[in-house]
Amino acid sequence: MKSPAFEYTRAGSVEEARALLARHGRDAKILAGGQSLVPMMAMRLLRPEMLLDINGIEALKYVEIDPVEARTGACARQVTLERDDALFQRVPLLRMALKCVGHTQTRNRGTVGGSLAHADPSAELPLVALVLGARLRLGSSSGRRELAAREFLTGAMSTAARPDECLEEIGWPVWPERRTGASFLEVSIRHGDFALVAAAAQVALDAQARCIRASFGLAGIGATAIAFPGLAGRLVGTKLEDDAIHEVARTAASEISPGSDMHASSEYRRHLARVLVTRILRAARDKAVAS
Amino acid sequence: MTEKLHEISVEVNGVRREGRVPARLSLVDWLREGLRLTGTHVGCEHGVCGACSILLDGEPVRACLMYAVQARGHRVRTVEGLSSPDGTLSPLQEAFCEAHGLQCGYCTPGMLIAAQALLETTPHPTDEQIREAIGGNLCRCTGYEQIVEAVRLAAERTR
Repeated sequence: MKSPAFEYTRAGSVEEARALLARHGRDAKILAGGQSLVPMMAMRLLRPEMLLDINGIEALKYVEIDPVEARTGACARQVTLERDDALFQRVPLLRMALKCVGHTQTRNRGTVGGSLAHADPSAELPLVALVLGARLRLGSSSGRRELAAREFLTGAMSTAARPDECLEEIGWPVWPERRTGASFLEVSIRHGDFALVAAAAQVALDAQARCIRASFGLAGIGATAIAFPGLAGRLVGTKLEDDAIHEVARTAASEISPGSDMHASSEYRRHLARVLVTRILRAARDKAVAS
Repeated sequence: MTEKLHEISVEVNGVRREGRVPARLSLVDWLREGLRLTGTHVGCEHGVCGACSILLDGEPVRACLMYAVQARGHRVRTVEGLSSPDGTLSPLQEAFCEAHGLQCGYCTPGMLIAAQALLETTPHPTDEQIREAIGGNLCRCTGYEQIVEAVRLAAERTR
Protein backbone atom coordinates (compact mmCIF):
# COMPACT_ATOMS: atom_id res chain seq x y z
CA MET A 1 0.00 0.00 0.00
CA LYS A 2 2.74 2.44 -0.93
CA SER A 3 2.37 4.93 -3.76
CA PRO A 4 4.35 4.25 -6.92
CA ALA A 5 7.17 6.64 -7.70
CA PHE A 6 6.22 9.96 -9.25
CA GLU A 7 7.78 13.29 -9.93
CA TYR A 8 6.68 15.92 -7.43
CA THR A 9 6.22 19.54 -8.43
CA ARG A 10 4.88 22.39 -6.37
CA ALA A 11 3.02 25.29 -7.93
CA GLY A 12 3.38 28.52 -6.01
CA SER A 13 0.78 30.51 -7.92
CA VAL A 14 -2.21 30.05 -10.23
CA GLU A 15 -0.10 31.22 -13.19
CA GLU A 16 2.59 28.70 -12.37
CA ALA A 17 0.04 25.90 -12.08
CA ARG A 18 -1.42 26.83 -15.47
CA ALA A 19 2.03 26.89 -17.07
CA LEU A 20 2.98 23.52 -15.56
CA LEU A 21 -0.29 21.98 -16.72
CA ALA A 22 0.24 23.34 -20.23
CA ARG A 23 3.55 21.50 -20.30
CA HIS A 24 2.81 18.34 -18.29
CA GLY A 25 -1.00 18.14 -18.15
CA ARG A 26 -1.30 14.79 -19.93
CA ASP A 27 1.05 13.02 -17.51
CA ALA A 28 0.21 14.94 -14.34
CA LYS A 29 -2.50 14.79 -11.72
CA ILE A 30 -3.27 17.78 -9.56
CA LEU A 31 -2.68 17.11 -5.86
CA ALA A 32 -5.08 19.15 -3.75
CA GLY A 33 -6.23 17.67 -0.41
CA GLY A 34 -5.21 14.20 -1.54
CA GLN A 35 -7.92 12.46 0.47
CA SER A 36 -9.06 10.47 -2.55
CA LEU A 37 -6.03 10.75 -4.81
CA VAL A 38 -3.49 9.41 -2.29
CA PRO A 39 -5.52 6.26 -1.47
CA MET A 40 -5.90 5.63 -5.19
CA MET A 41 -2.15 5.99 -5.58
CA ALA A 42 -1.55 3.64 -2.63
CA MET A 43 -3.85 1.06 -4.19
CA ARG A 44 -2.07 1.58 -7.51
CA LEU A 45 -5.31 2.50 -9.23
CA LEU A 46 -3.48 5.56 -10.54
CA ARG A 47 0.11 5.90 -11.68
CA PRO A 48 0.59 9.45 -12.88
CA GLU A 49 4.12 10.42 -13.83
CA MET A 50 3.81 13.67 -11.97
CA LEU A 51 1.85 15.13 -9.09
CA LEU A 52 1.36 18.87 -9.23
CA ASP A 53 0.84 20.09 -5.67
CA ILE A 54 -1.39 23.17 -5.48
CA ASN A 55 -1.62 23.26 -1.67
CA GLY A 56 0.79 26.17 -1.52
CA ILE A 57 -1.40 28.45 -3.65
CA GLU A 58 -3.02 30.70 -1.07
CA ALA A 59 -4.93 32.48 -3.86
CA LEU A 60 -7.07 29.34 -4.31
CA LYS A 61 -8.24 29.13 -0.68
CA TYR A 62 -10.74 31.99 -0.33
CA VAL A 63 -14.44 32.16 0.47
CA GLU A 64 -16.16 35.31 -0.84
CA ILE A 65 -19.85 36.00 -0.54
CA ASP A 66 -21.91 38.55 -2.42
CA PRO A 67 -25.69 38.79 -2.89
CA VAL A 68 -25.61 36.64 -6.05
CA GLU A 69 -23.18 33.86 -5.22
CA ALA A 70 -20.65 32.51 -2.79
CA ARG A 71 -17.30 31.94 -4.47
CA THR A 72 -14.92 29.39 -3.07
CA GLY A 73 -11.37 28.85 -4.24
CA ALA A 74 -10.92 25.31 -5.46
CA CYS A 75 -8.24 24.60 -2.83
CA ALA A 76 -10.30 25.88 0.11
CA ARG A 77 -10.44 23.14 2.73
CA GLN A 78 -13.76 21.46 3.37
CA VAL A 79 -13.43 22.37 7.05
CA THR A 80 -13.15 26.06 6.14
CA LEU A 81 -16.52 26.00 4.40
CA GLU A 82 -18.06 23.87 7.12
CA ARG A 83 -17.14 26.38 9.84
CA ASP A 84 -18.10 29.53 7.89
CA ASP A 85 -21.29 30.89 9.49
CA ALA A 86 -21.84 33.57 6.81
CA LEU A 87 -21.63 30.88 4.14
CA PHE A 88 -24.10 28.73 6.07
CA GLN A 89 -26.53 31.65 6.08
CA ARG A 90 -26.38 32.01 2.30
CA VAL A 91 -25.71 28.47 1.06
CA PRO A 92 -26.86 26.21 3.91
CA LEU A 93 -26.65 23.02 1.85
CA LEU A 94 -22.86 23.15 1.92
CA ARG A 95 -22.49 22.72 5.68
CA MET A 96 -25.28 20.14 5.75
CA ALA A 97 -23.54 18.09 3.07
CA LEU A 98 -20.03 18.54 4.46
CA LYS A 99 -21.07 16.98 7.78
CA CYS A 100 -21.43 13.74 5.80
CA VAL A 101 -18.13 14.05 3.88
CA GLY A 102 -15.61 11.71 5.52
CA HIS A 103 -14.46 12.65 9.01
CA THR A 104 -12.89 15.62 10.78
CA GLN A 105 -9.41 14.38 9.88
CA THR A 106 -10.19 14.10 6.17
CA ARG A 107 -12.16 17.37 6.01
CA ASN A 108 -9.18 19.20 7.52
CA ARG A 109 -7.21 18.34 4.38
CA GLY A 110 -9.87 17.62 1.78
CA THR A 111 -10.74 20.46 -0.57
CA VAL A 112 -13.94 21.56 -2.24
CA GLY A 113 -12.47 21.56 -5.72
CA GLY A 114 -10.81 18.21 -5.20
CA SER A 115 -14.08 16.57 -4.31
CA LEU A 116 -15.76 18.00 -7.42
CA ALA A 117 -12.87 17.12 -9.73
CA HIS A 118 -12.72 13.57 -8.30
CA ALA A 119 -16.41 13.20 -9.26
CA ASP A 120 -17.26 10.14 -7.21
CA PRO A 121 -20.85 9.12 -8.08
CA SER A 122 -21.83 8.95 -4.41
CA ALA A 123 -20.04 12.12 -3.29
CA GLU A 124 -21.93 14.87 -1.52
CA LEU A 125 -20.41 18.06 -2.97
CA PRO A 126 -21.09 17.23 -6.64
CA LEU A 127 -24.72 16.61 -5.64
CA VAL A 128 -24.97 20.01 -3.97
CA ALA A 129 -23.30 21.62 -7.01
CA LEU A 130 -25.91 20.06 -9.32
CA VAL A 131 -28.88 20.94 -7.13
CA LEU A 132 -27.80 24.57 -6.78
CA GLY A 133 -26.58 24.92 -10.36
CA ALA A 134 -23.06 25.84 -9.26
CA ARG A 135 -20.71 27.43 -11.79
CA LEU A 136 -17.29 25.78 -12.09
CA ARG A 137 -14.49 28.01 -13.32
CA LEU A 138 -11.52 26.33 -14.94
CA GLY A 139 -8.23 27.98 -15.77
CA SER A 140 -5.51 27.11 -18.24
CA SER A 141 -2.70 28.91 -19.99
CA SER A 142 -5.18 29.76 -22.76
CA GLY A 143 -7.62 31.45 -20.38
CA ARG A 144 -10.59 30.80 -18.20
CA ARG A 145 -13.91 29.15 -18.94
CA GLU A 146 -16.99 28.46 -16.94
CA LEU A 147 -19.10 25.31 -16.89
CA ALA A 148 -22.36 24.54 -15.15
CA ALA A 149 -22.07 21.63 -12.72
CA ARG A 150 -24.12 19.39 -15.02
CA GLU A 151 -21.71 20.12 -17.90
CA PHE A 152 -18.66 19.56 -15.71
CA LEU A 153 -19.73 16.22 -14.23
CA THR A 154 -19.68 13.91 -17.24
CA GLY A 155 -19.60 10.47 -15.61
CA ALA A 156 -18.27 8.32 -12.80
CA MET A 157 -14.88 9.78 -11.80
CA SER A 158 -14.79 11.84 -14.97
CA THR A 159 -15.27 15.50 -15.73
CA ALA A 160 -15.14 17.88 -18.66
CA ALA A 161 -11.86 19.39 -17.44
CA ARG A 162 -9.13 19.16 -20.06
CA PRO A 163 -5.70 17.82 -19.05
CA ASP A 164 -4.25 21.34 -19.19
CA GLU A 165 -6.99 22.81 -17.00
CA CYS A 166 -7.31 23.29 -13.26
CA LEU A 167 -10.61 23.85 -11.49
CA GLU A 168 -9.95 27.22 -9.85
CA GLU A 169 -13.22 28.54 -8.49
CA ILE A 170 -16.72 27.38 -7.72
CA GLY A 171 -19.61 29.84 -7.69
CA TRP A 172 -22.46 28.66 -5.47
CA PRO A 173 -25.68 30.55 -6.27
CA VAL A 174 -27.28 32.37 -3.35
CA TRP A 175 -31.06 32.26 -3.56
CA PRO A 176 -32.44 35.76 -3.13
CA GLU A 177 -35.90 34.63 -1.92
CA ARG A 178 -36.38 35.50 1.72
CA ARG A 179 -38.20 32.32 2.67
CA THR A 180 -35.97 29.48 1.64
CA GLY A 181 -35.26 26.13 3.24
CA ALA A 182 -32.73 23.43 2.49
CA SER A 183 -32.21 19.86 3.56
CA PHE A 184 -29.59 17.16 3.03
CA LEU A 185 -29.87 13.52 4.05
CA GLU A 186 -27.98 10.37 3.26
CA VAL A 187 -27.96 6.73 4.24
CA SER A 188 -24.56 5.07 4.58
CA ILE A 189 -23.30 1.97 6.32
CA ARG A 190 -21.55 4.09 8.96
CA HIS A 191 -21.59 7.86 9.35
CA GLY A 192 -18.84 9.32 7.15
CA ASP A 193 -18.78 6.37 4.75
CA PHE A 194 -19.73 6.69 1.11
CA ALA A 195 -23.45 7.25 0.73
CA LEU A 196 -25.62 4.39 -0.45
CA VAL A 197 -27.98 7.15 -1.49
CA ALA A 198 -27.76 10.88 -0.72
CA ALA A 199 -30.40 13.51 -1.36
CA ALA A 200 -30.40 17.32 -1.31
CA ALA A 201 -33.18 19.85 -1.75
CA GLN A 202 -33.77 23.57 -1.57
CA VAL A 203 -37.13 25.33 -1.87
CA ALA A 204 -38.37 28.93 -1.72
CA LEU A 205 -41.84 30.09 -0.71
CA ASP A 206 -43.79 33.30 -1.24
CA ALA A 207 -45.60 35.17 1.53
CA GLN A 208 -48.60 32.83 1.16
CA ALA A 209 -46.30 29.79 1.62
CA ARG A 210 -46.71 28.85 -2.02
CA CYS A 211 -43.63 27.30 -3.59
CA ILE A 212 -41.97 29.68 -6.06
CA ARG A 213 -38.78 27.71 -6.63
CA ALA A 214 -37.60 24.18 -5.95
CA SER A 215 -34.61 22.03 -6.73
CA PHE A 216 -33.61 18.58 -5.60
CA GLY A 217 -31.30 15.75 -6.57
CA LEU A 218 -29.87 12.37 -5.68
CA ALA A 219 -26.39 10.81 -5.54
CA GLY A 220 -25.30 7.19 -5.32
CA ILE A 221 -27.90 6.09 -7.85
CA GLY A 222 -25.92 6.20 -11.11
CA ALA A 223 -22.72 7.33 -12.79
CA THR A 224 -23.21 10.90 -11.55
CA ALA A 225 -25.52 12.66 -9.16
CA ILE A 226 -28.77 13.71 -10.82
CA ALA A 227 -30.94 16.78 -10.35
CA PHE A 228 -34.62 16.66 -11.29
CA PRO A 229 -35.51 20.11 -12.65
CA GLY A 230 -38.67 18.88 -14.41
CA LEU A 231 -40.09 17.20 -11.34
CA ALA A 232 -39.06 20.08 -9.10
CA GLY A 233 -40.92 22.40 -11.48
CA ARG A 234 -44.12 20.49 -10.76
CA LEU A 235 -43.90 21.61 -7.16
CA VAL A 236 -43.86 25.29 -8.09
CA GLY A 237 -47.26 26.82 -7.43
CA THR A 238 -48.22 24.16 -4.86
CA LYS A 239 -48.05 24.61 -1.11
CA LEU A 240 -45.75 21.61 -1.01
CA GLU A 241 -48.47 19.46 0.48
CA ASP A 242 -47.38 15.98 1.48
CA ASP A 243 -49.36 14.47 -1.42
CA ALA A 244 -47.50 16.56 -4.00
CA ILE A 245 -44.17 15.66 -2.42
CA HIS A 246 -45.04 11.94 -2.35
CA GLU A 247 -45.97 12.00 -6.00
CA VAL A 248 -42.71 13.72 -7.02
CA ALA A 249 -40.62 11.36 -4.86
CA ARG A 250 -42.34 8.30 -6.36
CA THR A 251 -41.73 9.57 -9.87
CA ALA A 252 -38.08 10.44 -9.18
CA ALA A 253 -37.48 6.93 -7.81
CA SER A 254 -39.10 5.41 -10.89
CA GLU A 255 -36.84 7.40 -13.23
CA ILE A 256 -33.51 6.15 -11.86
CA SER A 257 -31.77 2.83 -12.39
CA PRO A 258 -29.34 2.46 -9.50
CA GLY A 259 -26.74 -0.29 -9.45
CA SER A 260 -26.46 -3.19 -7.02
CA ASP A 261 -23.41 -4.02 -4.95
CA MET A 262 -22.56 -5.94 -1.79
CA HIS A 263 -23.94 -3.11 0.35
CA ALA A 264 -27.27 -2.44 -1.29
CA SER A 265 -29.41 -3.83 -4.06
CA SER A 266 -30.83 -1.71 -6.84
CA GLU A 267 -34.30 -2.11 -5.34
CA TYR A 268 -33.13 -0.96 -1.92
CA ARG A 269 -31.43 2.11 -3.40
CA ARG A 270 -34.60 2.95 -5.29
CA HIS A 271 -36.56 2.61 -2.07
CA LEU A 272 -34.08 4.90 -0.28
CA ALA A 273 -34.34 7.42 -3.11
CA ARG A 274 -38.12 7.68 -2.70
CA VAL A 275 -37.95 7.91 1.09
CA LEU A 276 -35.08 10.41 1.15
CA VAL A 277 -36.62 12.70 -1.49
CA THR A 278 -39.85 12.74 0.51
CA ARG A 279 -37.99 13.59 3.71
CA ILE A 280 -35.73 16.31 2.31
CA LEU A 281 -38.56 18.07 0.50
CA ARG A 282 -40.68 18.06 3.65
CA ALA A 283 -37.77 19.23 5.78
CA ALA A 284 -36.86 21.99 3.31
CA ARG A 285 -40.51 23.11 3.22
CA ASP A 286 -40.76 23.17 7.01
CA LYS A 287 -37.58 25.21 7.31
CA ALA A 288 -38.80 27.69 4.70
CA VAL A 289 -42.15 28.01 6.47
CA ALA A 290 -40.39 28.69 9.76
CA SER A 291 -37.96 31.21 8.26
CA MET B 1 15.56 3.44 -10.55
CA THR B 2 17.00 6.07 -8.28
CA GLU B 3 14.34 8.39 -7.01
CA LYS B 4 14.92 12.07 -6.64
CA LEU B 5 15.19 13.15 -3.01
CA HIS B 6 13.52 16.28 -1.68
CA GLU B 7 14.92 18.32 1.20
CA ILE B 8 12.36 18.96 3.91
CA SER B 9 12.38 20.84 7.16
CA VAL B 10 9.47 20.21 9.50
CA GLU B 11 8.79 21.21 13.08
CA VAL B 12 8.01 17.95 14.86
CA ASN B 13 6.91 18.11 18.51
CA GLY B 14 8.52 21.51 18.83
CA VAL B 15 11.87 20.50 17.31
CA ARG B 16 13.00 21.38 13.79
CA ARG B 17 13.78 18.17 11.90
CA GLU B 18 15.43 17.90 8.52
CA GLY B 19 15.11 15.10 6.05
CA ARG B 20 15.73 13.97 2.48
CA VAL B 21 12.78 12.05 1.19
CA PRO B 22 11.52 10.52 -2.04
CA ALA B 23 8.24 12.13 -3.14
CA ARG B 24 6.27 8.93 -2.67
CA LEU B 25 7.19 8.50 1.01
CA SER B 26 4.14 9.06 3.20
CA LEU B 27 4.40 11.42 6.13
CA VAL B 28 3.71 8.60 8.58
CA ASP B 29 6.50 6.47 7.13
CA TRP B 30 8.92 9.37 7.47
CA LEU B 31 7.89 9.97 11.09
CA ARG B 32 8.28 6.29 11.96
CA GLU B 33 11.24 5.23 9.86
CA GLY B 34 13.09 8.48 9.28
CA LEU B 35 12.65 10.00 12.73
CA ARG B 36 12.03 6.75 14.67
CA LEU B 37 8.87 8.26 16.16
CA THR B 38 7.06 4.94 16.20
CA GLY B 39 4.21 6.07 18.45
CA THR B 40 2.12 6.94 15.41
CA HIS B 41 0.75 3.69 14.02
CA VAL B 42 0.17 2.61 10.45
CA GLY B 43 -3.02 0.68 9.93
CA CYS B 44 -4.77 0.66 6.60
CA GLU B 45 -2.51 3.07 4.68
CA HIS B 46 -5.45 4.42 2.71
CA GLY B 47 -7.21 6.78 5.06
CA VAL B 48 -9.84 4.56 6.61
CA CYS B 49 -8.68 3.53 10.09
CA GLY B 50 -7.32 6.74 11.65
CA ALA B 51 -4.44 5.01 13.49
CA CYS B 52 -1.92 7.36 11.84
CA SER B 53 -3.65 10.58 12.95
CA ILE B 54 -1.33 13.47 13.81
CA LEU B 55 -1.82 17.18 14.37
CA LEU B 56 -0.76 19.26 11.38
CA ASP B 57 -0.61 22.93 12.34
CA GLY B 58 -2.88 22.00 15.24
CA GLU B 59 -5.57 20.19 13.24
CA PRO B 60 -5.95 16.40 13.18
CA VAL B 61 -5.17 14.80 9.81
CA ARG B 62 -4.28 11.36 8.53
CA ALA B 63 -0.52 11.04 8.10
CA CYS B 64 -0.91 8.24 5.55
CA LEU B 65 -2.76 10.59 3.19
CA MET B 66 0.04 13.12 2.98
CA TYR B 67 3.45 12.76 1.47
CA ALA B 68 6.32 13.74 3.74
CA VAL B 69 7.46 16.27 1.14
CA GLN B 70 4.15 18.10 1.66
CA ALA B 71 4.89 18.68 5.34
CA ARG B 72 7.73 21.03 4.47
CA GLY B 73 7.43 24.17 6.56
CA HIS B 74 4.54 22.85 8.66
CA ARG B 75 4.18 21.98 12.35
CA VAL B 76 3.54 18.36 13.24
CA ARG B 77 2.60 16.99 16.65
CA THR B 78 2.57 13.25 17.20
CA VAL B 79 1.48 11.17 20.16
CA GLU B 80 5.03 11.49 21.53
CA GLY B 81 4.35 15.21 21.82
CA LEU B 82 1.39 14.75 24.16
CA SER B 83 3.33 13.69 27.27
CA SER B 84 5.88 15.89 29.05
CA PRO B 85 9.54 15.59 28.04
CA ASP B 86 10.19 13.59 31.24
CA GLY B 87 7.60 11.05 30.17
CA THR B 88 4.80 12.13 32.49
CA LEU B 89 1.51 11.30 30.79
CA SER B 90 -0.94 14.06 29.94
CA PRO B 91 -4.30 14.17 31.75
CA LEU B 92 -5.91 12.74 28.63
CA GLN B 93 -3.45 9.85 28.52
CA GLU B 94 -3.96 9.21 32.25
CA ALA B 95 -7.70 9.13 31.66
CA PHE B 96 -7.29 6.51 28.91
CA CYS B 97 -5.38 4.31 31.38
CA GLU B 98 -7.91 4.75 34.15
CA ALA B 99 -11.02 4.28 32.04
CA HIS B 100 -9.52 1.33 30.16
CA GLY B 101 -9.79 3.27 26.92
CA LEU B 102 -7.54 0.74 25.22
CA GLN B 103 -6.88 -2.96 25.02
CA CYS B 104 -4.45 -3.85 22.24
CA GLY B 105 -3.37 -0.23 21.84
CA TYR B 106 -3.20 -0.16 18.08
CA CYS B 107 -5.74 2.62 17.62
CA THR B 108 -4.67 4.50 20.77
CA PRO B 109 -2.28 7.08 19.27
CA GLY B 110 -4.91 8.06 16.72
CA MET B 111 -7.63 8.17 19.35
CA LEU B 112 -5.47 10.36 21.60
CA ILE B 113 -4.72 12.77 18.78
CA ALA B 114 -8.38 13.01 17.78
CA ALA B 115 -9.42 13.56 21.39
CA GLN B 116 -6.61 16.05 22.02
CA ALA B 117 -7.73 18.12 19.04
CA LEU B 118 -11.31 18.07 20.31
CA LEU B 119 -10.40 19.13 23.85
CA GLU B 120 -8.24 21.98 22.62
CA THR B 121 -11.17 23.60 20.82
CA THR B 122 -14.00 22.19 22.97
CA PRO B 123 -12.76 21.71 26.55
CA HIS B 124 -16.16 20.41 27.74
CA PRO B 125 -17.61 18.38 24.90
CA THR B 126 -20.93 16.56 24.88
CA ASP B 127 -20.90 12.81 24.32
CA GLU B 128 -22.11 13.45 20.79
CA GLN B 129 -19.16 15.75 20.12
CA ILE B 130 -16.78 13.13 21.51
CA ARG B 131 -18.27 10.45 19.27
CA GLU B 132 -18.09 12.77 16.27
CA ALA B 133 -14.43 13.60 17.00
CA ILE B 134 -13.36 9.94 17.16
CA GLY B 135 -15.76 8.93 14.37
CA GLY B 136 -12.91 8.61 11.90
CA ASN B 137 -10.91 6.24 14.10
CA LEU B 138 -11.50 2.51 14.20
CA CYS B 139 -11.10 0.44 17.36
CA ARG B 140 -11.75 -3.30 17.26
CA CYS B 141 -11.29 -3.99 20.98
CA THR B 142 -13.13 -1.62 23.24
CA GLY B 143 -16.46 -1.11 21.53
CA TYR B 144 -15.64 2.60 21.96
CA GLU B 145 -17.56 3.05 25.21
CA GLN B 146 -14.47 3.25 27.41
CA ILE B 147 -12.79 5.59 24.94
CA VAL B 148 -15.72 7.99 25.15
CA GLU B 149 -15.60 7.62 28.92
CA ALA B 150 -11.87 8.39 28.97
CA VAL B 151 -12.32 11.60 26.99
CA ARG B 152 -15.23 12.58 29.22
CA LEU B 153 -13.08 11.92 32.30
CA ALA B 154 -10.21 14.02 30.96
CA ALA B 155 -12.63 16.87 30.23
CA GLU B 156 -14.19 16.67 33.69
CA ARG B 157 -10.80 16.94 35.36
CA THR B 158 -10.10 20.27 33.71
CA ARG B 159 -13.30 21.78 35.03
